[in-house]
Amino acid sequence: MMDTQIDRELLEKIADLTGKPVGAFNIRKDSGCDGRQSTEHIEIANRADGKSGIDIRIKDGTVGETCHIPVIITKPGIEEMVYNDFYIGDNCDVDIVAGCGIHNCGNQDSRHDGLHTFHVGRNSKVRYTEKHYGEGTGKGGRVMNPQTVVYLEEGASIQMETVQIRGIDSTKRDTKIICGKDAEAVVTERLLTDDHQVAESNMEIVLDGEGSRGRVISRSVAQGNSTQVFYPRMVGNSQCFGHVQCDSIIMDSATVKSIPAITANSTEAQLVHEAAIGKIAGEQLLKLETLGLTPEEAEECILNGFLA
Amino acid sequence: MLELKHISYTVQEGDDKLGILNDISLTIDDHKLVVFTGPNGGGKTTLAKVIMGLVTPTSGQILWNGQDITPLSITERAKLGISYGFQQPPRFKGLTVRDLLTLASGNEKLSKDQCCQYLTKVGLCANDYLDREVDVSLSGGEVKRIEIASILARNSQFMIFDEPEAGIDLWSFTRLTETFEQIHAKGSATMVIISHQERIISLADEVIVVGDGAIRHRGSAQEILPQILADTLGSCPVLKKEANA
Repeated sequence: MMDTQIDRELLEKIADLTGKPVGAFNIRKDSGCDGRQSTEHIEIANRADGKSGIDIRIKDGTVGETCHIPVIITKPGIEEMVYNDFYIGDNCDVDIVAGCGIHNCGNQDSRHDGLHTFHVGRNSKVRYTEKHYGEGTGKGGRVMNPQTVVYLEEGASIQMETVQIRGIDSTKRDTKIICGKDAEAVVTERLLTDDHQVAESNMEIVLDGEGSRGRVISRSVAQGNSTQVFYPRMVGNSQCFGHVQCDSIIMDSATVKSIPAITANSTEAQLVHEAAIGKIAGEQLLKLETLGLTPEEAEECILNGFLA
Repeated sequence: MLELKHISYTVQEGDDKLGILNDISLTIDDHKLVVFTGPNGGGKTTLAKVIMGLVTPTSGQILWNGQDITPLSITERAKLGISYGFQQPPRFKGLTVRDLLTLASGNEKLSKDQCCQYLTKVGLCANDYLDREVDVSLSGGEVKRIEIASILARNSQFMIFDEPEAGIDLWSFTRLTETFEQIHAKGSATMVIISHQERIISLADEVIVVGDGAIRHRGSAQEILPQILADTLGSCPVLKKEANA
């Protein structure tokens, strides 16, 4: 497990792992299992239906535990579709750290497609982190297409943080969250594209239950000749509150399209959206230069802060 | 010591050249508190920006401690000990107040206590502000005070403040003038403050009235304040009548 330097660097980048994880984990490497550990409260097992992927079952009342399920691809030409299902019991408070890193030094595409389905029990809190990163000098593309579906029962919440760090040539992200009574979904999306990379993010938060709340905070930086499309939608079906906020910094010859949408199917639904696309303001650069930063350092500081 | 020699700045307006600064020469000695004042559009901010390198003069020379800094960039001037508090500071999505103060101080390990000291001097509580982003969630007055705190954190030899009082409530203004007085009393920095406030003007070793791109008057606060009043009334008979009533 974590045999090579490439493995270790990828795992640190996508899951902040610097050694064997503490608690439950499953490390998927080049379509195989590179290590797995269940705990008393978190059970990880192969899927019963024979599809590629795992079932993660977290017992009622599990509090303060973390589950790591990173995926790394280090060989060119690997293309996989993975199904991971999470069954989180009632009254839990857990962290789930996913993420995918691709190291591609070959000329064939490496591709990871995944469908994560979460069933979050009553009054449970889940913090879910997913980082995507690509590297390698080959001509082969680094492709990731993650789908996430979340069902939140009464009083449940998910804080979902998705980050595309660098080096992903093509991504199509689909996220759907259905909120029950008094449930809350907070999605923070960070995305950076460069060169000729393409990124598309579709999101739908359905506020079904009374008192449900949804918040989407999307920040992206598009550099080079890259293209980004965002389509976050918030649907209010009852007394609920939803807020969608998309901010993008556009640079060089990039293209960004942002289409936030809100739909109210109830007079009690309160929904707000805002979207902004713009370059780095000249005054911001000048201000940081007056603090002794070079123009390059100032730009890096602004981008790092924006995507932090 | 800062010396400005024959500084001019002109811009093209149609076929004509418009003089924003016209042959200004000026020397500011170390540890002095100098106030630039004068009518709106008179050239005060442009003159201050010329010192920081935010505006490149069309002609003239700027010497800082004997070194010709005219060709130097903003960054190079900042590293030589010149700092500038903007009249309308920019906001940054994602950068917190702590980030900004840390950047300004140049000390990556700037402690909360140190941040607290800078923020207290502008009437802000560190507990309420340190982790907040310097974005649109802050009011204009709050951003302005954080801007001034960042100049205090920078702790440079030459500090420029462009209308520090603008947008600041009365209580914070009092605290701010005390801070300027303290810096001045310690003799740790030279300060140029662009201001219209009598209270700040009265702190100055020297007041320089800038108008129509030139220095109209310079002298002590006692000498200059009556002249400012006279200039403000100008030739308007209504204002003069009201003033004399």
